Amino acid sequence: MDEGPDAPQPPPRRRTLVLGLGAVALLVLATGVLLWGLPARWSGAAPAPALALHGRDIGAEQWDAAFTLNDTAGTPRTLADFRGKVVLLAFGYTHCPDVCPTTLAKFAEVRRLLGADGARVQGLFVTIDPERDTAELLRAYVPAFDPSFIGLRGSEAQTDAATKAFHANYQIVEYQGTVMVDHTASTYIIDTRGRARVVSPYDQPAAQLADDVRALLRQG
Amino acid sequence: MSARPQRRRSRRGVVLALAVLTLAAAAHAADAPAAPRPPLVEVADAWVRATVEGQTGSGAYMVLTSREDAQLIGAAAPVAAKVEIHEMHNVNEIMTMRRIDRLALPAHVPVALDHDYHVMFIGLRHQLLTGQVVPITLHVLDAHGRRHDIAVRAPVRPLNSAPPTHHASPAPGSAHG
Repeated sequence: MDEGPDAPQPPPRRRTLVLGLGAVALLVLATGVLLWGLPARWSGAAPAPALALHGRDIGAEQWDAAFTLNDTAGTPRTLADFRGKVVLLAFGYTHCPDVCPTTLAKFAEVRRLLGADGARVQGLFVTIDPERDTAELLRAYVPAFDPSFIGLRGSEAQTDAATKAFHANYQIVEYQGTVMVDHTASTYIIDTRGRARVVSPYDQPAAQLADDVRALLRQG
Repeated sequence: MSARPQRRRSRRGVVLALAVLTLAAAAHAADAPAAPRPPLVEVADAWVRATVEGQTGSGAYMVLTSREDAQLIGAAAPVAAKVEIHEMHNVNEIMTMRRIDRLALPAHVPVALDHDYHVMFIGLRHQLLTGQVVPITLHVLDAHGRRHDIAVRAPVRPLNSAPPTHHASPAPGSAHG
């Protein structure tokens, strides 16, 4: 068949160019998708992937955030007990009038803000004043903020080990006859695989803490 | 004729009435000398955090506005063995809480005892239940060195209540709180 000189088809060279550009675009897209998706799949025991977080991202620091402390029934607990949940952990003491109740109230607020996902959040309160904070007292105090929250206490050595594992500090001080405990007031967020991931400062609002928990739940 | 003694009697009555009124006013003044004047310090939004069984400490929160330059020098409450004014410090995320002997109350500037400061109860005599009212007496020293006792009745709020954020340093021009 002869093509008429007036046929409205593009010249063959231009058609090849369009096809070639399309192929390159597809290749770039495919590579991008692969590179985006792979690190999440590889993240087994390796450093946790970076996330957009409000708190301080400590995923890359690979803390050995381990502890053995007793719950208020006297059962020894470790972080392995809470796999599959995102853990919010704070150190404190029940004689603390302001900071500790504010933090625990914030944990309860985070659970509320997460709606159905709130069931996948575990609040833990570790006393750094085990002498005065008996199991009975913690059993009454901690669940007053949310019935699912667990109070943990240990010997002085266990308490020291737990605070060290989270790079936290505490010091029992007696000032003019009153015993108080200076302590780190940050919240530690542990991901569903038991890795310490975020340090959230004391004055970070509940909504931002909830955002960070949501990011860790999404990542699984 | 008879009108004169009557007028005199009525004048006598007025004098008597005035005397009685003056005496009554004087007696009233002697009974409660501070009554006609409002207290030196106005207390707003006072509340106390509830406790669970076995807890021996808690805190009271409020906003104080003094009519004159003054200082809060202490407090007392029958509910606790010891009541102190505490100041909080956050240094690199480590919270410290220390007793202070005096807190300045500049004239007409609301001073919030919510986050940086609070009234601390030590050695509670009983559990504090939501809805109870805790009487507190604040000890305030005025600029002339006179001591004023300010009575506060603070309701108990649930353990998980968060103090509202008051701004201890008000913006310029808003000092008349």
